[in-house]
Order: sequence, then C-alpha cells, then structure tokens
Amino acid sequence: MTVMTDTALQAAPATKARGYWATVGRRIVRDKVSMACAFILLLIFLAAIFAPYLHLADPYQGSMIRRLRAIGTPNYPLGTDELGRDMLARLIYGGRLSLLIGILPVILAFIIGTGLGVVAGYVGGKLNTAIMRTVDVFYAFPSVLLAIAISGALGAGIVNSIVSLTIVFVPQITRVAESVTTGVRNMDYVEAARASGANAFTIMRVHMLGNVLGSIFVYATGLISVSMILAAGLSFLGLGTKPPEPEWGLMLNTLRTAIYVNPWVAALPGVMIFAVSICFNLLSDGMRSAMDIRN
Amino acid sequence: MFVYIARRVVYVIPIVASVALVCFLLVHITPGDPLVAVLPADASQELAQQLRVAYGFDKPLPVQFGLWVWRALHGDLGSSIATGRPVLSEVMKAVGNTVTLAIAAAAIGFTLGLFFGLIAGYFRDTWVDKVATSIAIAGVSVPHYWLGMVMVIIFSVQLNWLPAVGAGPGGSGAWAWDWEHIKYLVLPAITTSVIPMGIVTRTVRALTGDILSQDFVEALRAKGLQETKVFRHVIKNAAPTALAVMGLQLGYMLGGSILIETVFSWPGSGLLLNSAIFQRDLPLLQGTILVLALFFVFLNLLVDIAQASIDPRIKRS
Repeated sequence: MTVMTDTALQAAPATKARGYWATVGRRIVRDKVSMACAFILLLIFLAAIFAPYLHLADPYQGSMIRRLRAIGTPNYPLGTDELGRDMLARLIYGGRLSLLIGILPVILAFIIGTGLGVVAGYVGGKLNTAIMRTVDVFYAFPSVLLAIAISGALGAGIVNSIVSLTIVFVPQITRVAESVTTGVRNMDYVEAARASGANAFTIMRVHMLGNVLGSIFVYATGLISVSMILAAGLSFLGLGTKPPEPEWGLMLNTLRTAIYVNPWVAALPGVMIFAVSICFNLLSDGMRSAMDIRN
Repeated sequence: MFVYIARRVVYVIPIVASVALVCFLLVHITPGDPLVAVLPADASQELAQQLRVAYGFDKPLPVQFGLWVWRALHGDLGSSIATGRPVLSEVMKAVGNTVTLAIAAAAIGFTLGLFFGLIAGYFRDTWVDKVATSIAIAGVSVPHYWLGMVMVIIFSVQLNWLPAVGAGPGGSGAWAWDWEHIKYLVLPAITTSVIPMGIVTRTVRALTGDILSQDFVEALRAKGLQETKVFRHVIKNAAPTALAVMGLQLGYMLGGSILIETVFSWPGSGLLLNSAIFQRDLPLLQGTILVLALFFVFLNLLVDIAQASIDPRIKRS
C-alpha cells in the first residue's frame, strides 16, 4: 500500500496545471465554427496580400467590348464590371484596400481607447471625469451618423475615412477599457502590489494591462465587423476610396447602375464584405465564449 | 421617480450643449470656402464678400457659434445655401419620412427579434436555437446597403413586384398609409429591419438564458407553476433591458438611415444629409446633423425614464 501511495505522489507533479491562455487557446482551436472562420479570413487575407503573384488579370485594365459579362464567361470566371474589368481580379485586389480601411481604424482605436480607458480607470478622479464625459458626447451620435458627418466634413479620401472611423470607435473602446480597469483596480493583488511599493506605472503595466487587455481585445474584434461595413459604406456613398481603385464598397457603388443588365455580378462585392464581416463576428463570439472559463 | 427624472434631464443639458458644439465645429474643420457651392466661377470679389456677410461667414468663429446657437434656440437654423429654403423646415419634412421608415422597420425587426430571441433562449442548444442564432448573426453582419441592392435585384428587377426607388407614385409627394405608398416602403423597411432584428434576437436570447438559470425560476417550477406562467415571469424580467436595447436601435435607425435611403432614394433625413455633403451645403449639413443628434439624445432620455419606470431596481441605484 505504502509503495503505491508513494508512486502516486511522485506522479502527481508531472501534469502541470495549464495556464489560463493555454486553456483559452485549446478551447478555441476545438471550436469548429471559429476555426472555419479563421481559415476563410486567412484565405482572403493571403489572396489580397499575394494578389500580384496569382496570375490574375490586370484589375485596372478595362475594355469597351467586353463590359458586364456574366458570371462563368470563359476567361472571366466572375464576369466583368461596367468598364470591362475582370471581376475576380478586382475582388481579390479589392481586399487590400477594403481590409485596410476596415481593420486599421479598429487597431488605432484599440491602442488609443485602451490607453485612455486604462488611465481613466486607474487614475480615477478628475481625469476620469474629463475623459469619460468627453466620451459621453460622442455617444450622443449614432455611430453611422458620426462617421458620415466627420467624413463628409473632412471630404472624401482613404485617410479621412480611416480617421473618421477611428474617432467613432475610440469612445466605445475607451468605455469598455475604463469599466474593465475599474473592476480590476479593486482586486486584492493590485492592492498587494501597491502595498509592496510598486509605482503607478509598474502596476498599470504589469498588473492591470495583462488582466484587462483580453476583454478589450475581444470587444475590439467584435467591432471589426461593424468597421468593415461602415468603411465600405463610406466608399459606397463616395466618401472613401476614389475610382479606379478596386475596393468592395466603391465597386458596389459603381456597379449599382448595372443591376438591370447583369445583377449578380453587381452583387458580388457585397458578398465579400458580408463574408469578412460574418467571419469576424463568429470568431469574436468564439473567442468570447472560449475566454469565459466558467462553463 | 421624480428625482430620478429630474436628475436625468439635468444631465442632458451639458450633452446637448456639447452636441451643438461638435455639430458646429464639424462643419468648420471643412477645408475650402463654404460659399463655393453657390458662387458662380466668375463671381467678383465684391459679390463673394456680400454673400459672406449675408451668411455671417465673415465673423470670428466663437461669434458665429454664439449666433448659431441663439438662432437655433429660436427655431432658426439658417437657410440652405443650395435652395435658399429654411433649413429647419427642410429637415423636419425629411425627418417625417425617416420616422415612417424607422417605425415600419422597427415593427418588423423588433417583432421578429423578440420572437427569435425568446424561442432561442428558451430552447437553448436545440436546433431551434441554432437556426435563430444563425439568422441573428447574419442580420448583424450583413452590409445592409448591399442587402438593399439584392432586394431590388430580386423583387424589382427580376420579379417586378415592388418599386425600386422613391416614396410614392409621384416620386416623393406627401406620404399616405395606402397600398400605393406602402409598396414603396416594403423593401427599404425590410432592409432596415435586419440589423435591429439581429441585435434584439441576440440580446433577448442572452437575457432569457440568464433568467431561466436563476434560482427563482427553479422555485416557480418547484411550486408547480405552469410552464406558460413561468414564461410570463421570464418576459417580465427581460423587459427593461430589452426595451432599452430596442430604444437605442430605434435611435440608430433614425440617425443612421443615410445608406439605406441612398440605395432606395427614400426622401428622408439621410438622403438630405447625403445631398448636403455632396453639394457642400454647410447650413443644411449642420442643421441636419444637429436635429438627428438631438432626436437621438432625447430618445435615449425617454428610454432611460421608461426603463426606470418599469424596473424599480434602476431608481434605487
């Protein structure tokens, strides 16, 4: 009996308890929907990045004699647009700008909003009031209206559309970051760090950021879907990208006139926006439930 | 309750002031001369100066802001540079059409959203839940302006059942609730309803799931209450939050209608905003954004008060 107990005791430390992030990682890898979405997104990203090496037609080269060919035309698997440009090439090249103007605002807002929110939540007091009341003002505008108002005031252009969407998302991320930080600030281990003489900066960097970033990150990934739709929407209105650049929202706009001639080709760019948007949404949902260890 | 309302109303005042400031500044960060839209290319310097004085663009910014707010408080938002008509009447006329669209869309979106959300939350992890959840996620992920185009392709171009653009047989005449007009509303309303449908479904599903897992539901079932009556308790507990989410969504539909209205040429505030932007009609742009933002602020105020009046827990906190 004693021998057996001894072996059991020796064997026990061999299986080390898995860390939080390792557990979350395993959970998400096992989630089929999240993995399928990650795969589709990876495919769209890689195609956009390596578009010049894919032996595609020139996305800018039009032709008056082969305009608005149907889907499945030989040499033009997805047809041609209103200026006779190859749709497949334009959809793949279009991913470059569309993904950039859809995702960059969220990344910028994530950096700025996390900074503002963590500082507001940790420092508290008057600084918190100043930051959070400013944030409240932006909440007084529906996000579509705010994005279009800023874009409309700044004028059309890629940079302006990125700036306006960043301004739309900063307040939202700041609010989440502030509330998460306020929650973590009152935890015992932060109190312990403070008691042991750590300064505010060290506490924020070591004890706070690691514990708040996860939640803010998941919230931000959920915004990418909205951002993709809004960014393409700005281009659709004529406030973002300018012709002849291939970009999904702008392509939808210029193809609007073609819905009576070749409707399904005209609808294609929207399929791309929809696919990216729904994949990011499902991936964000998957991450959220993977991080929710309770169940 | 009165104290709560008073506190909430007082809190709105600085927000309204800041909103006015943001609307004003938005237009003045604009590059270029605000008179570009109306001046003929060969206009003389004197004429330009006269117009500048007439529109008040010659004064310093803080003075312009003060004057703008003072006039706005008296119901005067200036006149449109492009048409010369008063901004307020232009905006209110357009807002009427947007409200029509938003109410129709809300009726569709909220009904479906509540229905899907309740059954998905109640039959969690069954096929019913999976179907409802999929519809909801598609609803929140779809680029609605594209969905509008697809609707036009199917129901106007291919089937020829419903008109593609406009708000009535005469283009954009007075609205009436008869089939001649309503058939113009069907496609834009369905398209607008998709996002609120998705969001309400997701919210109500989560709420229902949370409530059903609480101890009091167990207690209700233990004492032998009929399942339909248990369900009534669930609805009662979910109502305040669901109401708040729906109120917010209604606000988004009123203020964020520009993309849908552009697709369907629906003569509402979004289409007005669109033309104000592209004609660089600054007074109209300013006025439209201000009116829409104020609508949104007051709608949120109403929702907060309504929520507090049906949920006693909010007043106490």
